[in-house]
Amino acid sequence: MDRFALDVAHLFAGGLVLVSFMLLYQDRMTGLVNNFALHALVVSLSVAWQAHIQHAPHLYITAAIALAVKAVVIPLALHRIIVQLGIHRTIEQVVGIGQTMLAGIGLVALSIMVMLPITAAAGTLAREDLAFALSVVLLGLLMMISRRNAVSQVIGFMSIENGLILAATGAKGMPLVVEISVAFSILIALIVIGVFLFRIRERFETVDVQALHEHRGEQP
Amino acid sequence: MTVQFGQMLLVLAFAPLLTGYVRKLKAHLLRRQGPPLVQPYRDLLRLLRKEVVLAHSASWVFRVAPYLVFATTWAAAALVPTFATGLVFSNAADMIAIVALLGSARFMLALAGLDVGTSFGGIGSSREMMIASLAEPAMLMVVFTLSLLGGSTQLSTIAASMQGPEVGLRVSLALALVALIMVAIAENARIPVDNPATHLELTMVHEAMILEYSGRHLALIETASHLKLLLYLSVIVCVFFPWGIAVSGQGLAAYFAGVGLYAVKLAGGGFLLAVFETAIAKMRVFRVPDFLGAALMLGFLAALLLFVTQAG
Repeated sequence: MDRFALDVAHLFAGGLVLVSFMLLYQDRMTGLVNNFALHALVVSLSVAWQAHIQHAPHLYITAAIALAVKAVVIPLALHRIIVQLGIHRTIEQVVGIGQTMLAGIGLVALSIMVMLPITAAAGTLAREDLAFALSVVLLGLLMMISRRNAVSQVIGFMSIENGLILAATGAKGMPLVVEISVAFSILIALIVIGVFLFRIRERFETVDVQALHEHRGEQP
Repeated sequence: MTVQFGQMLLVLAFAPLLTGYVRKLKAHLLRRQGPPLVQPYRDLLRLLRKEVVLAHSASWVFRVAPYLVFATTWAAAALVPTFATGLVFSNAADMIAIVALLGSARFMLALAGLDVGTSFGGIGSSREMMIASLAEPAMLMVVFTLSLLGGSTQLSTIAASMQGPEVGLRVSLALALVALIMVAIAENARIPVDNPATHLELTMVHEAMILEYSGRHLALIETASHLKLLLYLSVIVCVFFPWGIAVSGQGLAAYFAGVGLYAVKLAGGGFLLAVFETAIAKMRVFRVPDFLGAALMLGFLAALLLFVTQAG
């Protein structure tokens, strides 16, 4: 595999980690959804490039699904949801951007430290992709625990799935059936979550999940 | 040797012009006439002619600081290859030395701000230190990233390796560039962090520290801040856009071509700076740590991503 192909793959995978950090940093709802669309765009570019260098045409379909569903349909639906919930102008209280960023850096370092030794036998491309994919997954988890707004938690959840796609394409040989079913389950999940959001909002008049803890009798 | 002295004179001569050029461009973008390009030179000459007014409470620190600030900044600017590599000083000091020199200049300035005992000086110094505590690590992370890529902390070696074919399409380079630009904006007190054109009490940082200075002391500090802007722009140009820089030993024609191209690059950088400053609003002082934290994070990330590639 020539140097240029590797460099471009590195560029896209590293870019995905960077966009994950932008998701962590962004505290405006509209910006967050747009950022998520960018995240999906980068992942589909990365998958398309993998399809090109691995000569695996079915990966183009994966890239197209990622682009259509996660870069267009889901962001549009989320925009509708946040407008209907009336939270499109709110600025979210994030627990200390500085600490979150430091924790994120720690997670990226951790996933590199974990992934590089155990994949020593694999090719360079697969190693890089796995390390970056694990970081994207961990950053998505970090986003889910550091945010209080239910919609941003949903976006964190969706970004985890992008990380999984990156891992699967880097590893070579994920069947197309799996990919399609994952994409559809994400869509279904969005619908279910959307219904839940409106139910939460009806019941508690907010989508701040802190209200749920108080309802359960836990101390805030 | 002549290249080194030529460069030192060149940066000193160009620095106020760059500031004047950026001011003029900003005025034009706001559809105003703006001061003439040579206005910074006139200001400096006028300040040099005026007498120095010292506060009663000023100690020797206050009188010594401008000279030290100017000297360290000039020395740092002399270390950056602008139009030609092969500077004599570059064997003695690398990028980390540049960061250290700028750090000591800032330290002296902050001391001077505290020395007179006015409240504005204190505010300015404490804010400057808050900014520096994040900007300097971010700058160092950028230095580490570049030295991992270039195999050296010498700026001329890095510039040479950037022109070579072995540096591919690296996402780390883009991250380092963005981090360096953010640090440069913060260090030079440009708009999202501090406004160089205002003396509004609530927001000023750099201007608050030098409020008590007058006469030749002020002229030296102003020159040092012009030099600092030129220095950061030169570092960016030298590392990320090193094409056309003259290599030592080439003829006089190559040097002149290098100077011309350097001027063109500076003009481009100044234009982008002016557009950026016009397009964006100043942020609150307490948002600055977030801004610089992002720069620090980008620097970290650049180094980490590079580490993956080197291990893989």
